[in-house]
Amino acid sequence: MSLDPEAVRRIARLARLRVDDGQVAQIQGELNGILGWIDQLNEVDVEGVEPLTGGALMAMRLRDDVVTDGDQAEAVLANAPDRDGPFYTVPKVVE
Amino acid sequence: MFELSLAQARDALRARKISARELTAAYVGAIEALNPEINAYITPTPELALQAADAADEALARGHAGPLTGIPLAIKDLFCTKGVRTTAGSKILSPFIPPYESTVTANLLRDGAVFLGKANLDEFAMGSSNLTSAYGPVTNPWTRHGDNRPLVPGGSSGGSAAAVAARMALGATATDTGGSIRQPAAFCGIVGIKPTYGRCSRWGVVAFASSLDQAGPVARTVEDAAILLGSMAGFDAKDSTSADIAVPDFAAACKRGVRGLRIGVPREYRMDGMAPEIEALWQQGLAWLRDAGATIVDVSLPHTKYGLATYYIVAPAEASSNLARYDGVRYGARSDGHDLTALYENTRADGFGAEVKRRIMIGTYVLSAGYYDAYYLKAQKVRALILKDFTDVFRDVDALVTPATPTAAFGQGDRMDDPITMYLNDVFTVPVNMAGLPGLALPAGLDATGLPLGLQVIGKPFDEETVFAVGAALERAAGFTALPTLRAGAAA
Amino acid sequence: MSYTLEGSTGTWEIVCGLEVHAQVISKSKLFSGASAEYGAEPNTQVSFVDAAMPGMLPVINRECVAQAVRTGLGLDAKINLWSRFDRKNYFYADLPQGYQISQFAHPIVGEGIVDVTLSDGSTKSIGVTRLHLEQDAGKSLHDQDPQRSFIDLNRSGVALMEIVSEPDIRSPEEAGAYLTKLRQILRYLGTCDGNMDEGSMRADVNVSVRKHGEAFRTRCEVKNVNSIRFVMLAVEAEAKRQIGVWEDGGEVVQETRLFDPTKNETRSMRSKEDAHDYRYFPDPDLLPLVLDADWVQSLKAHLPELPDAKTARFVSDYGLSAYDARILVMEQATADFFEAVAKGRDPKLAANWMMGDFFAALNRTGTTIETTPVSAAFLGELIDLITDKTINGRIAKEVFEAMVETGQAPAAIVAEKGLRQVTDTGAIDAAVDAVLAANTDKIAAYKAGQEKLFGFFVGQVMKAMAGKGNPALVNEALKQKLA
Repeated sequence: MSLDPEAVRRIARLARLRVDDGQVAQIQGELNGILGWIDQLNEVDVEGVEPLTGGALMAMRLRDDVVTDGDQAEAVLANAPDRDGPFYTVPKVVE
Repeated sequence: MFELSLAQARDALRARKISARELTAAYVGAIEALNPEINAYITPTPELALQAADAADEALARGHAGPLTGIPLAIKDLFCTKGVRTTAGSKILSPFIPPYESTVTANLLRDGAVFLGKANLDEFAMGSSNLTSAYGPVTNPWTRHGDNRPLVPGGSSGGSAAAVAARMALGATATDTGGSIRQPAAFCGIVGIKPTYGRCSRWGVVAFASSLDQAGPVARTVEDAAILLGSMAGFDAKDSTSADIAVPDFAAACKRGVRGLRIGVPREYRMDGMAPEIEALWQQGLAWLRDAGATIVDVSLPHTKYGLATYYIVAPAEASSNLARYDGVRYGARSDGHDLTALYENTRADGFGAEVKRRIMIGTYVLSAGYYDAYYLKAQKVRALILKDFTDVFRDVDALVTPATPTAAFGQGDRMDDPITMYLNDVFTVPVNMAGLPGLALPAGLDATGLPLGLQVIGKPFDEETVFAVGAALERAAGFTALPTLRAGAAA
Repeated sequence: MSYTLEGSTGTWEIVCGLEVHAQVISKSKLFSGASAEYGAEPNTQVSFVDAAMPGMLPVINRECVAQAVRTGLGLDAKINLWSRFDRKNYFYADLPQGYQISQFAHPIVGEGIVDVTLSDGSTKSIGVTRLHLEQDAGKSLHDQDPQRSFIDLNRSGVALMEIVSEPDIRSPEEAGAYLTKLRQILRYLGTCDGNMDEGSMRADVNVSVRKHGEAFRTRCEVKNVNSIRFVMLAVEAEAKRQIGVWEDGGEVVQETRLFDPTKNETRSMRSKEDAHDYRYFPDPDLLPLVLDADWVQSLKAHLPELPDAKTARFVSDYGLSAYDARILVMEQATADFFEAVAKGRDPKLAANWMMGDFFAALNRTGTTIETTPVSAAFLGELIDLITDKTINGRIAKEVFEAMVETGQAPAAIVAEKGLRQVTDTGAIDAAVDAVLAANTDKIAAYKAGQEKLFGFFVGQVMKAMAGKGNPALVNEALKQKLA
């Protein structure tokens, strides 16, 4: 499988990475190089193999339903690049 | 002062032969002297370090010494440190000051450690050379005989490894997703261990690939690494993948010896193009272990060669999602845009470096509609086969010994043209992450040009003790005493 | 019988399924320890996990899992002992992680059923496809600043249950009945407060139309409809729009739409047109959710009696009509109130009082069963006073109004106002005599055959006795004296 320029733009858009027209060809080449190399996995017979999803082979612990966090708006907002009072801000979203 | 190992420094502090302030001041001085050249630290914190050292001296005076009281460490800048800037080696986090302390660093502080500053790394821990850091490359303290061209320290924990090798820290925290502790440890002639997945909490460590990331120490000796891991490790209810398993006395395990152990030698680790010196060193290591009473067994891990390709699907996929939060809204650098999408696209295009963007795009692609099964699902199945390979051989052996890397450290200008060549650095380390196993790298010899070469010890899940036992036996037999060109305390 | 819409080309049938987002009742959020309570100051109920700070990790809340299991059990659904959380990846201003943690491939609850009763008394089973747990997003405020939207993350990470129905719904009424019943079950279970005003329950409505006997045609999703009435209106409006499109020779395009209640129409949400590719994959920060069968069993053992079972019991144990039983069971609190009133009393009298004067008083005074000063014990006492003939039915109404006004016990009101029924035959005879003496002309007319005048005499006597005369004794005395 290999990517055409349109696919490169589509992926960049999905990933919210601005890609200028002049960069597309180079990115396309690099990604296709990597994807071509990854294609070696086609050799592996995985018939009947259950996928391994995570690093830890155990069941999940569940925590108690207790309020232990919050009430720290200052700490939560302290790093915001464009904070307005108790809010984060973004350019106006039209719904 | 710089000749003391961590264990020796600890004993000297407790015996009040040296003060924590003297020790920390010496390392602060070393950072001032060497960091301009080595660039191992992004953010040194000398004032905080000296304050902590004074507090350590008070604790020592009161007889309240913890396991690491007064020990000066470098902290990989992937661990969030409360009130101290944490960049992950990325421009996008350049203004970020965490309001919280990662569990691993909190554990070290609990035990009395002194933090010298935040160590350089590949951006978001993505790299094997430290060349992808937005804060400039780290220079390996080692050079080839008669050749002053700068070499890479490995990566991603290149700053941590270089700092320890150059005596700019007594030890350091690091993280390992595909080899990021073991490969730089090998390139810098020091010891590093990636423990079993779940052994160290991931809480407060900037995530790269969640199912693979593990914190661990780099240090000068196997015992030092064992002491550090003992403090860093432990169950953490804030990390759902943290294992609720008691932390054993790793340092004691270093003294066990290897008599009666069965050591596996995976034949698939004998790769085309591997340096003959590395093959020779490997055989030497096995001979040492045999001499120490271990039995050497040939084993097969048939899916080894697919580890890297699998890794380059799984890790970017997880990273593409983990790094979605860097959007310029709640923290970090922001580039303006006329609407929300433009804000995101500009912030992320400006804030991430080329390798990070490359991996985000690969990860986005392999998860996207129509490609998930062919790439991501397939990779998870191959991952299951890689795990099965290890599970099968560990029925018969107690540990595996392999080379840590296929080559010694390379030059800063080398291998930059093709990402895949760079990825091949991790061929011996990646399968260990895929299977979640503990793996330790230690220096065992020098190549013809005088650069260190490392061996890797791989153990069963949560059996770091055997890994330390084997590593310490190899260390004793190797008697590796070579020192890098650039280091504190070297005759000027 | 079945609901259809007439178009210019013939008769159309609606096909509809609902995706309901129900906020789980819990103290803290699904994956963080911040409070899940509604209405706090902006960004005060936000943990570093909810703000997606670097290195933060989710840890699941046991109670949220229990609530999802209880809900599944209440919907008679299959509980999946092995489920998993996936990441749904997309960028949005109120989604700090850049992904929502949800359950895509392996939901915690599988197929279930909701039985609804329609206005004509018929019943219908609507299939539930699945129920899964997921995180709520934060909130964007668009009206605070001309150039910017403001973000409040208090809701970010609150647990939601997404309950997906089969496309079994065939009319606006069925859609309303399904949502009403689902809401009732959730409220009975205590797993969601069902408060649609505060957004703790929202519905996405999938609608398509077809001619009789056809396969499904293209559907549209009407997003975030926030009342039962609007859901019913949206189903109809969207169905009519689609019929119009088909009959004009057009093609319905699968898309996301919004319902505008002021215009009673749906419109396309162009902002969501950006091709979605959510790139679901298992969340590597979490492990599979493995439930212990015994734990599920113990949750089941502690489930409350649900509306259908309660309705059946009210019919069989109290002899109520199915209609009355359904009304009394609508809310758990009403049903409990009824049972407290009916205990040891005539259940039909209790039901009549509740569905008559009591409900009317709640309506009139704008109170609820929780806030009205009339307790079940007091209403029961009032019924006792009627039954033991301390007061008669008319006086009872007066006493009841005084209870609503003052919150006093009925016996106290009766005593204070001297409303005790008069059973002294001497006093009754005297009153009867006086009335008859004053109405000799009417006695003649009565005796001449105008028997309806008997009621007039009763009224006059009662009036003379300030309503307190025992009606039976008054009747008896009048009959005797007019004989």
